[in-house]
Amino acid sequence: MTSIRTFVALALAIAASAPARAAETIAIDGSSTVYPVAEAVAEEFQGQEKGQVRVTVGISGTGGGFKKFCRGETDISDASRPILKEEIDACKAAGISYYELPVAYDALTVAVSPKNDWVSEITVEDLKKIWAPEAQGTVTRWNQVRPEWPDQPLMLFGAGSDSGTFDYFTEAIVGKAKASRGDFTGSEDDNVLVQGIENNKNALGYIPYAYYLPHKERMKALAIVGKPGEKGVLPSMEAVKSGAYQPLSRPLFVYVSAKSAERPAVQRFVEFFLTEGPALIEEVGYLPLPAEAYETARKRFRDKKAGTVFGGVPEVGVAVEELLKRETQ
Amino acid sequence: MARSVAAPDLEALRRGIRRRRLGDRLFALFGWACMTAALLVLAALLVDLAIDGLPHLRWDFFTSFPSRKPERAGILSAWVGSLAVMGVTAAAAIPLGVAAAVYLEEYGPKNWITDAIEISVTNLAGVPSIVFGLLALGFLVYVLDLGRNVLTGGLTLAMLVLPIVIVATREAVRAVPFGIREAAFALGATKWQTIWHHVLPYSMGGIATGVIIALARAIGETAPLITIGALTYIAFLPTSPVQAEWPFLSFQWLDDPFTVMPIQTFNWISRPGDDFQGNAAAAGLVLMGMTLVMNGAAIWLRYRLRKRVRW
Amino acid sequence: MATRNALRALGEHVIEAGLLLAALSSIAITTAILYVLLSESVGFFRVVSLVDFLTDTMWTPLFADARFGILPLLCGTLVSSGVGLAVAVPLGLTSALYLSEFAHPRTREIVKPFLELLAGVPTVVYGYFALLFVTPLLQRWLFPDMPGFNVLSPGLVIGVMIIPYVSSLSEDAMRAVPMELREAAFAMGATRLQVAARVVLPAALSGVAAAFALGMSRAVGETMVVAIAAGQQPNLTLDPRQPAATITAYIVQVALGDLPHGSLGYLSIFAAGLTLMLLTLGFNVAGWLLRRRFREAY
Repeated sequence: MTSIRTFVALALAIAASAPARAAETIAIDGSSTVYPVAEAVAEEFQGQEKGQVRVTVGISGTGGGFKKFCRGETDISDASRPILKEEIDACKAAGISYYELPVAYDALTVAVSPKNDWVSEITVEDLKKIWAPEAQGTVTRWNQVRPEWPDQPLMLFGAGSDSGTFDYFTEAIVGKAKASRGDFTGSEDDNVLVQGIENNKNALGYIPYAYYLPHKERMKALAIVGKPGEKGVLPSMEAVKSGAYQPLSRPLFVYVSAKSAERPAVQRFVEFFLTEGPALIEEVGYLPLPAEAYETARKRFRDKKAGTVFGGVPEVGVAVEELLKRETQ
Repeated sequence: MARSVAAPDLEALRRGIRRRRLGDRLFALFGWACMTAALLVLAALLVDLAIDGLPHLRWDFFTSFPSRKPERAGILSAWVGSLAVMGVTAAAAIPLGVAAAVYLEEYGPKNWITDAIEISVTNLAGVPSIVFGLLALGFLVYVLDLGRNVLTGGLTLAMLVLPIVIVATREAVRAVPFGIREAAFALGATKWQTIWHHVLPYSMGGIATGVIIALARAIGETAPLITIGALTYIAFLPTSPVQAEWPFLSFQWLDDPFTVMPIQTFNWISRPGDDFQGNAAAAGLVLMGMTLVMNGAAIWLRYRLRKRVRW
Repeated sequence: MATRNALRALGEHVIEAGLLLAALSSIAITTAILYVLLSESVGFFRVVSLVDFLTDTMWTPLFADARFGILPLLCGTLVSSGVGLAVAVPLGLTSALYLSEFAHPRTREIVKPFLELLAGVPTVVYGYFALLFVTPLLQRWLFPDMPGFNVLSPGLVIGVMIIPYVSSLSEDAMRAVPMELREAAFAMGATRLQVAARVVLPAALSGVAAAFALGMSRAVGETMVVAIAAGQQPNLTLDPRQPAATITAYIVQVALGDLPHGSLGYLSIFAAGLTLMLLTLGFNVAGWLLRRRFREAY
């Protein structure tokens, strides 16, 4: 009898602490680059909403996120590149319209192990030699890239093929999106790449800046020589802001489904993102946009201006002012 | 009488015996070393986990949600999720497994159907856990359209541990002496009455042991649940089954997204950096603690039963 | 009275039917597994030729230039399981022999539960151990140039994990050998080692072989340890000091990302799963056959 009593007491206690109705969920998925930002905003937002709204954040990769987004499975899609034509068509076919909100800038970082003492800057040509599809099976050692480098195997780490980072890097370095050699450790989960680069003397990999920054002591970022003859530029927020870190500076986006944006909770979330976001973005390690950019984004969202300002074609080297110009058009 | 056998060379014999005795002792030493090596690895694992994880085991570790800041991160959504999924697993696997085992032991005629069932059970016990994830993905999520939620997760694990429950129940039922059944029949009981009122109560202990072992196995399973899409960032709990308003009982929690302890551990291991890995170790400790407690309970139960039941 | 009996008889039949349905669930599950694996794989093989699948040496299904050779994954699976068995068989078998033929019964009572505990550790914890303890250890003392992701470390840990499978089953098989056989040997002056190696082991061979097969099957199906510690790069190499991907780790890697129903990437995990099932089935059947062939009747 006491056990039944305790059970009823327990049930009532749980009931008393439970919210009166089921909480609402906002589903976010997509880029693992943008993930730290989305996670930070989601965490702070849920704290503010005191459990009335639930936010889930997945890391399927920019491409994977768009696939789900254009099937109506997610409310918000994180992207480390603008939406591509196939995805625009897929969304249109499914009747999904969206608001494109740029939120930050990333300095895509090429990193090696700190035990690597032979390279501290690298040119785009070198990178192309390493990562082009033809390099598969042929360029396998460091000295095949530059003869003064040691005769050691090249251990490569990069983003998986569902990743916007992958699309952007291949576009910027090889010249064609998704054109890459296949024999490298690829993962949508950038943490795997960080672990790989850290632990391997002969490693070379490319990761978003927010994954490099917390592990600065365990990895060495390479200075990128954008055009032959120029000086190598190390990734940093100043370098991105001034436009010096090319071609690996890139804007980061969130895409909000128009249908989901009709829900007040989603509207509150987007407003929260655009207001509190910049501080969190900086904390996470990316470059927040100038305040005008967020104002413009807020205006577009409130005015319900859907669609993308990019042509659906991969683009490289869009600097901050250029981005602002397009958004305000 | 002629000698047909040469006189034995005593010295050679003694040497041989000494050699073999030495080999015997050396092998005993070697065997002991192998056994101890295995135990040492276990100890190393536990000690390593404890060193890395104990500093992170605070009270609010259990009551906090995962966070991007390792000091704030906790396993609340993970262990509640584990509990919820275990509940569904138990609710599905126990009735199904016990019923199947009772059929096989008490009713099953010696025909090809019974053979096929037994072969299936043995086969299922040897299927890798990730294949159950594929089954759940292809069938439960897409064909039956159940969605990626607590219900699907629980059913997946129920299918995984079903052979364990069946085998344990069969053993327990088999151990009940036939005399009990005969006595019941002699008093006019039907087959089901005998089973329900006599056989099952006596085998309850063995069944309970099997169920605990099955759940201990299920609680540590990661791969099948990842395959059906248990998400990695969940900072909320499934809807409480008990509500403050009518009808007071809710099944909404079955349809909620979830995460479980091993997946949260996996997520933290994958984040480079000592702090998150410390959290991973702490979560691993909690998980091991849960598993140990369950296994211990099973062993204790088995021991208690062996002492209590005297035929 | 007659109606009550009739009702009860009907009830009995209904209950029996219910129990039969419950029992048939195991067949249903097995069928469902085969159905799901086969039907999705059929979709896969409509696009990828079986010959390519079996002979191509690269596995890059998610790339622009997608290649679908299962060999790298198969290789990763076999190398990791091979390393595991290389650890588990000597340690497990020797421990079993020791516990069964040499050790004091009290020792056996105390040690057995701890060995069983090795099988109860959740595989994520083993993965953690492999990545953060074993790999640095190996890098420090044995292979300083070994990359952080390699197959050797998870292979060793898998070996430790399946020791209880090998040792428990072997030991059960050894204990089933009748005491008379041993006593006869002892009576002729044999040492314990001779009894163990020449009498008990041959007699228990079927059980021991079955234990190996079970251990192998378990090692092949292991997922999380390799997913965490081996890196996830499909690599056709027999060198365990390189990173590699197993069939199981690949499935998890794709599952963590996106799985649009019907896409080639989605179908590829079912083709991989089918290969895995066939492999495990092969080992299970081998174990069953070995057990039958070497069974000694007493």
